[in-house]
Amino acid sequence: MTKQQPLLEVKNVKKYFPIKSGILKRTTGNVQAVENVSIDVYEGETLGVVGESGCGKSTFGRTVLGLEPLTAGTIKFRGQEVGGLSYRQLKKFKKEMQMIFQDPYASLNPRQRVGDALEEAFIIHTELPKQERQQRVRELLVEVGLKEEYYERYPHEFSGGQRQRIGIARAIALNPSLIVCDEAVSALDVSVQAQIIKLLKRLQQSHQLTYLFISHDLGVVRHVCDRVMVMYLGATAELASSDQLYGNPLHPYTRALLSAIPRPIPGRKKERIRLKGELPNPADYPQGCPFHTRCPLATEKCAKVRPEWREIEQGHFVACHEV
Amino acid sequence: MDKLLQVDNLVTQFRTAEGKLSAVRGISFSVEKGETLCIVGESGCGKSITSLSIMGLLPSNGEIAEGSITFQDEELTGKKEEELRQLRGNKMSMIFQEPMTALNPVFTIGYQLREPLILHQHMSKRQATDKAVELLEQVGIPDPKKRLKQFPHELSGGMRQRVMIAIALACNPSLLIADEPTTALDVTIQAQILDLIDDLKRKMDMGVVFVTHDMGVVAEIADRVMVMYAGEVVEIGEVKEIFNNPQHPYTKGLLASVPNVDDEYHTLESIPGSLPNLNEKIQGCRFHPRCPLATERCKREASPIFDVRETHQSKCWLQEVNVHDKAATSS
Repeated sequence: MTKQQPLLEVKNVKKYFPIKSGILKRTTGNVQAVENVSIDVYEGETLGVVGESGCGKSTFGRTVLGLEPLTAGTIKFRGQEVGGLSYRQLKKFKKEMQMIFQDPYASLNPRQRVGDALEEAFIIHTELPKQERQQRVRELLVEVGLKEEYYERYPHEFSGGQRQRIGIARAIALNPSLIVCDEAVSALDVSVQAQIIKLLKRLQQSHQLTYLFISHDLGVVRHVCDRVMVMYLGATAELASSDQLYGNPLHPYTRALLSAIPRPIPGRKKERIRLKGELPNPADYPQGCPFHTRCPLATEKCAKVRPEWREIEQGHFVACHEV
Repeated sequence: MDKLLQVDNLVTQFRTAEGKLSAVRGISFSVEKGETLCIVGESGCGKSITSLSIMGLLPSNGEIAEGSITFQDEELTGKKEEELRQLRGNKMSMIFQEPMTALNPVFTIGYQLREPLILHQHMSKRQATDKAVELLEQVGIPDPKKRLKQFPHELSGGMRQRVMIAIALACNPSLLIADEPTTALDVTIQAQILDLIDDLKRKMDMGVVFVTHDMGVVAEIADRVMVMYAGEVVEIGEVKEIFNNPQHPYTKGLLASVPNVDDEYHTLESIPGSLPNLNEKIQGCRFHPRCPLATERCKREASPIFDVRETHQSKCWLQEVNVHDKAATSS
């Protein structure tokens, strides 16, 4: 990776959700959904964010887009601070940063024709006349592999894969530079999933897109991403290029995660690293390393001191005392 | 081995506003004792309806129109609801995908665990409680006595699925049907649950029908695999045969579209198009509109089921050529 200016600079970002209780609704604690995440995302790359459900990966994606206000830290987009902006100030950045959701059916209005839904982006962000807007929508539909006639149809008339194509069309409508894909292919069947992955890759080439690809499916992530960030309980456990991460995983959590994936090879010897127990409650954040409660390598130090974020080899970061 | 379940030419239909639609179109298969049969296919291919047909749990507008299901030499089709209820949860039981919707939110775990024991095994409440503790221990739930008094919402997803498995296994069933039991779970928890089901299967010599769309999961736990497409069985065989020597173009496509974690240079193939609707009329082979190898014949007539080997069948015209070749070389 050349040392260009990152498209997106995330520094020490924290996102806490307050827990309010009692009649006075006083804040009695915090759910620490994102705990001190720092990462630079470069133009044209696909950065994978992986982890188990509840690890804060979706909240991280939403925070980056300004859908959730920050608790602490800074987010810079092309060198400009976007973290603390108000809704109105954020509007001009929204053209540049878009999102694709997991369930496209839930993100489409069932009583709105898909053409009209797609046209809305142009109504809000451009001053194109109606004719041109509709023309752009038709081009978009074709671009994502649908037909022009689908303009008139309603969301229920489409299959899951087609709906995800509509979600993608909506995301690329304004020619953004960054798209956050939040489990964009997780709800799809494998054969359709492969189609959508191909589409995303093609669009990345033709539109010079940068993806923040959030997923729990490590197979898909290896396939799509240049770099991968592993999150555990809101914190970053490991960051590396795809090759480094899958070829030489360092963090015990990454290793356990990779060993737990069922491989489509029958009769293969299972060498699983078994993790004890389950994800701790982020409202009751563990002291020290967040992973120490389940870690097979945990020592006393891990229970007390939060590990530093260290660069082990070029571009390969890990937060663990034992590596 | 002993035959546990035999399904012959099963047709399951639904009454809808557009007339009768067939979700399952004449499928046949069997499950033996101590064997895991995986049913794979895309969503909507009829794999869940097949398992619900066996359990007699079809929605009210669904019915078994043709065919027979024999379980331990007993015919299940046409049995009265009351007779089926004697079997369900007792000799055969089922685990569902979403344990939160399958568990009753207003009863404690303990109540729901005791219910099958009191109902089917005529245990007293105290006996049932002891057995329930034992069951929870068996599925690896820590502090089972405390859990008995808890409600489903107090448990995590993985714990709920363990409770579901404990309930399903309460009466030592001979047949366990698991419908996507790990789809909603994280990989590390999924690995725990798969190991658990496999262990218990061995211990109790159960037959397991495991419905999933994840080829990785199939490779881990299946003895035999049945691939379904649009309500039909397109290929069935031993797990190694299906993965190492797939015959049907759909099975090949399905395997090629699974992203490989271990191989970065693996190119992802996709199957064009998507699964047809139930009400779509397709002449010939139901896969031909998406099949890269479809011929004129595939568009006209559907293929019968050909033997690839004794244990391996494929429903594709391509096999006919192979069968003839084999016949020619052997003679």
